[in-house]
Amino acid sequence: MNKKINHSKPTDSEIILGILNNSSSILKHLYLAYFPMILQLVINNNGDEDDAKDIYQEAIIVLHGKIKSGDFELSSKLKTFIYSVCRRLWLKKLSQKSRFSGDIKDYEDYIPVEQEIEHHQEKDRQFAMMHTALKDLGEPCKTIIEDFYIHNRSMQEICEKFGYTNADNAKTQKYKCLQRLKKLFFNQKNEK
Amino acid sequence: MNSELALIKRIEAYLYQEMSDEEMMQFEQERAEQPDLDSKVIAHLDFLKSLKGYGEVQELKSSMDSFHNELDIVSLKEELQEKESAFVLYFRKYQRNFAVAASVAILATLITLISTGQFRKSGNSSTYNALKRDMESIKKSQNALIRNINSKSPNKEIAPSQFGGTGFALSSNGYLVTNYHVVQGADSVYIQNNKGESFKVQTIYIDPSYDIAILQIVDPLFESLSPLPYTFKKSSSDLGEDVYTIGYPRDEVVYGKGYLSAQTGFGGDSIAYQVSIPVNPGNSGGPLMDNRGNVIGVISGKQTQVDGAAFAIKSDYLLKAIENIPQDSLKKKLKINSKNSLASFNRTQQIKKMQDYIFMVKVYN
Repeated sequence: MNKKINHSKPTDSEIILGILNNSSSILKHLYLAYFPMILQLVINNNGDEDDAKDIYQEAIIVLHGKIKSGDFELSSKLKTFIYSVCRRLWLKKLSQKSRFSGDIKDYEDYIPVEQEIEHHQEKDRQFAMMHTALKDLGEPCKTIIEDFYIHNRSMQEICEKFGYTNADNAKTQKYKCLQRLKKLFFNQKNEK
Repeated sequence: MNSELALIKRIEAYLYQEMSDEEMMQFEQERAEQPDLDSKVIAHLDFLKSLKGYGEVQELKSSMDSFHNELDIVSLKEELQEKESAFVLYFRKYQRNFAVAASVAILATLITLISTGQFRKSGNSSTYNALKRDMESIKKSQNALIRNINSKSPNKEIAPSQFGGTGFALSSNGYLVTNYHVVQGADSVYIQNNKGESFKVQTIYIDPSYDIAILQIVDPLFESLSPLPYTFKKSSSDLGEDVYTIGYPRDEVVYGKGYLSAQTGFGGDSIAYQVSIPVNPGNSGGPLMDNRGNVIGVISGKQTQVDGAAFAIKSDYLLKAIENIPQDSLKKKLKINSKNSLASFNRTQQIKKMQDYIFMVKVYN
């Protein structure tokens, strides 16, 4: 029953290095290598392929964030880490949906990942607030902020894109947008 | 408000190093001096970090989605889905119901086995089934009916007999033979003929090793029988010989036909024949007849779970048992008939003539 997934090419440490260097091909390799394992876990435990996709991507985000923040120690195989995070996430989801029968069919070894999950959920809440705040921000502010802070475009580019007469005008607009975004973001935080 | 915007401007300028060295030095000094300002700067940095983190995750998600589209989910699913038959799924769903049903079934089986006495071991062999008829179980189911019919008439209690078998006459003056296991442990024994008349009998001799019991009719109402039409064969019979028996597996006389299938009985027992003949509890003690109207044996049992394996005590052992009866224990002379009047008749006529000499043996204990 237990299907082992073939993965041989990049080693775990090569993958970590690749993620640190924003290598898209390494990320792709990682993604494709372990998805079947998680699909197997989920579809044989009362889930479907969309559930599998959701929790798998969440787990990759956890791993990605952990590697990027620099506090990832390779104490277990990446595979085990991913499996453990997915397993934990899936158990949570099952109990939320109250579909959990009290028993999960396991396919791999797993390690405790409570801290990672807690940390991830805290971050996830922040991201959700950021998402809402950006949405409420409206155009053109949203694009200006995203272009500058997320896509790392220069003010010159942004200035041209939006047809501002000079970079200083664009900059002033950006500051105003940022101020509003902060307000929207922190208001949500206070509401909670 | 404006001061806040101004602050953002300054922080941003500081972060993106759009200040002169002088301004920067001054800003750093202000930060050091005013904890309030410092915490605002830190909060801003945190916010920017969240914003960037959010951006990163969004980007990561969109690239994962593009990887995801390269997967062939359908075939992966096919491959990884654990195959469970419809039955297993069904079973899982109704596991509890199955468990209850199974335990009820097991319980019912056990009760049935215990109540029908299947667990009682019968003597030396477990698969040898003596054909004594246990009335109790049959009567129980019929009593209700009988009572219904008789419910209005004041019922005269006649206790039903507990066991039954078959017996047949050895001589016209009231001696009969049946199996020892039929009358074993009996308080009193009655026989009943095909006209429904009952007579009290006494067991005058038993031979447990041959499973033979000799009975005598002691009822004052009994007058002697007419001369016996059949004789007892002294030599042994041959394989394949056509045989038949008449007995009382029911309250009615029942004829059964078969052939002699082996020279020895159950487990190689040399005192019996193996006969392929339909017999049932109640047939025990019935005569095994050949074509010419000779008694060649006494039906005694059958092997369970084996088709067509009934057993009959050979007639020469019956004769031996009769010889062994101490003469002084006999009130009347036991003379074995040697004149066969059946040989020339066909089967149905033979049966008609024989019926009067074959009795149901009713045992009370």
